[in-house]
Amino acid sequence: MAEIKLDSKIPSGPLAEKWTRHKAAIKVVSPANKRKMEIIVVGTGLGGASAAATLGELGYNVKIFCISDSPRRAHSIAAQGGINAAKNYQNDNDSVYRLFYDTIKGGDFRAREANVYRLAEVSNLIIDKCVAQGVPFAREYGGLLANRSFGGAQVSRTFYARGQTGQQLLLGAYASLNRQIAAGTVKSYNRREMLDLVLIDGKARGIIVRNLETGEIERYGAHAVVIATGGYGNTYFLSTNAMNSNGSALIQCYKKGACFANPCFVQIHPTCIPVHGKQQSKLTLMSESLRNDGKIWTPKKLEDVEKLRKKQIKPSQIPEEDRDYYLERRYPAFGNLVPRDVASRAAKERCDAGYGVNDTGLAVFLDFAEPIKRLGRKAIEERYGNLFQMYEKITDVNPYEEPMQIYPAIHYTMGGLWVDYNLMTTIPGLYAIGEANFSDHGGNRLGASALMQGLADGYYVLPNTIGDYLSADIQTPKTDVNHPAFEEAENRVKARIEKLFKIKGKQTVDELHKKLGNIMWEYVGMARNEKGLKKAIKLIDELTKEFWTDVLVPGKNGDFNQELEKALRLADFLEIGKLIALDALDRRESCGGHFREEMQTEEGEAKRDDANYMYVAAWEYRENQDPKLHKEPLNYEVVKVSTRNYKN
Amino acid sequence: MKFTLKVWRQKNAKSKGRFETYKIDNISPDTSFLEMLDILNNNLVHEGKEPVAFDHDCREGICGMCSLYINGRAHGPDDEITTCQLHMRKFKDGDTITIEPWRSAAFPVVKDLVVNRRAFDQILQAGGFISISGIVPDANAIPIRKEDADESMDASACIGCGACVATCKNGSAMLFVAARVSALERLPQGKIEAAKRAKSMVQKMDELGFGACSNTQACEAECPKGISIAHIARLNRLFIQAKLQD
Repeated sequence: MAEIKLDSKIPSGPLAEKWTRHKAAIKVVSPANKRKMEIIVVGTGLGGASAAATLGELGYNVKIFCISDSPRRAHSIAAQGGINAAKNYQNDNDSVYRLFYDTIKGGDFRAREANVYRLAEVSNLIIDKCVAQGVPFAREYGGLLANRSFGGAQVSRTFYARGQTGQQLLLGAYASLNRQIAAGTVKSYNRREMLDLVLIDGKARGIIVRNLETGEIERYGAHAVVIATGGYGNTYFLSTNAMNSNGSALIQCYKKGACFANPCFVQIHPTCIPVHGKQQSKLTLMSESLRNDGKIWTPKKLEDVEKLRKKQIKPSQIPEEDRDYYLERRYPAFGNLVPRDVASRAAKERCDAGYGVNDTGLAVFLDFAEPIKRLGRKAIEERYGNLFQMYEKITDVNPYEEPMQIYPAIHYTMGGLWVDYNLMTTIPGLYAIGEANFSDHGGNRLGASALMQGLADGYYVLPNTIGDYLSADIQTPKTDVNHPAFEEAENRVKARIEKLFKIKGKQTVDELHKKLGNIMWEYVGMARNEKGLKKAIKLIDELTKEFWTDVLVPGKNGDFNQELEKALRLADFLEIGKLIALDALDRRESCGGHFREEMQTEEGEAKRDDANYMYVAAWEYRENQDPKLHKEPLNYEVVKVSTRNYKN
Repeated sequence: MKFTLKVWRQKNAKSKGRFETYKIDNISPDTSFLEMLDILNNNLVHEGKEPVAFDHDCREGICGMCSLYINGRAHGPDDEITTCQLHMRKFKDGDTITIEPWRSAAFPVVKDLVVNRRAFDQILQAGGFISISGIVPDANAIPIRKEDADESMDASACIGCGACVATCKNGSAMLFVAARVSALERLPQGKIEAAKRAKSMVQKMDELGFGACSNTQACEAECPKGISIAHIARLNRLFIQAKLQD
């Protein structure tokens, strides 16, 4: 394999003109040639669906793959709160620059300026497109679009559709996708899981998938491959990700030579429903939008905590003066709307100090009594009705009467495949978009920016940049899936599956996955330190051996087999888990979602180390040895790098 | 809590299915219904038996993947929930619980409790979209009445789970089709193709083997998102309008 050299390909020129100049400079493919080109898109969330639909509209031949029975099930559907854009419809002094700056600052100065500026720039086009597709965004009585605020911002720039914004945006992208499927430009392959990437002459030319209904292994070829399979949060077993969300496509690409960037930047979302017991399968997010009105607190007195745990008093009985609104106390300027990493650590600090309000000691209150009094129950119902209903269904507690209990949980992964400005990985012809890449959120993603990035990549960035690559390929015939590279990849996949069936061990996949989750949460979770990370690496190595000698996968191949699906994914989660720990160990600074206990101020705030760690950590896979670290230095030309301050 | 489970087992679309009975114990009332099935499957794997196949994903009531018919009700004994939002506290200790897949000619069984709902995708491909592409006008260029946007959102809350079809004695997909047609028709940008859309989606629905609507309103009662049958009336109006234009 050729020596990897990271080249971010950031265009020259002033920040605000880079994208325009770049688009003018790159090549395009003529309509007649587009018809001859094939593109594979893996994943049908906001990134994948929007990219496939747009590529289809442009005239390319697209094959799109999803693991569910329909593209509409992708986990983007579950995003609740909203999507940011720099429209400045509220005339509250928002701008492309401000959205760019908030995103860079929110990401704790670990994202590329040029990528983030482009994101802010195209954000406005996304809202236009979604409205034209029929996305029913919330509106004011005058008929114009409504906005609300999200964490890390002091303006109202978040567009929303009740608490189901992700669903509505995905239905919009899925509708555009359906239109292209009907037109014949896109072919949709459902219940298919990508298990390997196929390279021919060093270029991405196809994928190997398992047909989840029949168990058959299938080959698909193309001129380029786009990965849009989301993040790897389920490495932790318990997360807000859907049960089937997985990191396998990322790991397969990584093993074929795509660098994996910043794996340790994992987002822990502050407002999730707390863990209730050992039988729990996943955690449920309560949208960040709730922090627009909800107030977060714990009791000031430990005796009140005791009484709450013994259910001797109700939270509403604790008088105002005995409540510690700790976010408003610590961060007066942003209050309850500090970024997610800050809010999560503050909740942990209160619970570690013994103020956790439920019997596990791992919960704080999110209270709506004050806004209900101020605005009336109807107004709150209008804003958050479905979220309140969801909370009550799960916990059996009515949040209109008693405060919600919340605690941080794994939610999103900022890290992902390393990509250049064109969203191409270190493998020619292999692209990564949306949560699957690393590029825009640095160390911490702001609320309502995941939807923005997925759609920016899919509707406006990739469809332009991929043309530049494909323009050199117009003479290349369709990829022949009988090429030996496909044969070899298919055989490797089949051997891996056979190996899993043959182990016939004593532990189920879920039991082993829970063990991995415990290691990750304990040592690679909200607070990390050198000793713990080294221990985690050792434990993950041991668990990997345990998995490959003691897993019990029932049934056989050639059938619908959900246990096999999970086993294949867990094998990859084990590799990602170790990679997260290795990266966390290397990054001896506290930054965004990555908090190293050795690196904190006296007040317990994160301490960044710009002199030594202002880089993107891109890990290159090496067989039978630890991965090799490549560093992409981050150059800030416009923004003045500073310590994040949400206090004043 | 302990339960007796009667679970539908079926190898594939072609084979004949049957109920199997399983006992399960030590279930916390706070456990969700699907977590209870996870526990059952974990036990079955240890016993060397084949686990029960069932569809699920987000487990927060929005992806529309889960699709169980529990004690004769789509998504089980509660209103306005999906199966994944059902908790064992809704049952009594010692209950016998019957679990079946969606039953509809248009949704063939893949395995056990998993069905194939591709027909829903095909209906939407027949017209469930607004035909736009490229660069479009500014989002605030057309003001839209809040009431219309709200009504569109009500209809657009459909998660495509298929409970309406499974519940309908005719296996009709009218509520599903009406929800999409109505969601788009309520907005000015969706009105342009409204009648044509209604016609082509209804035709596709008929072609795919879904039954006719006989207005029993069962679909509305079992819809996890509480989507109103008023949308069916709107669909019918648009359908007639399209026919008259022919």
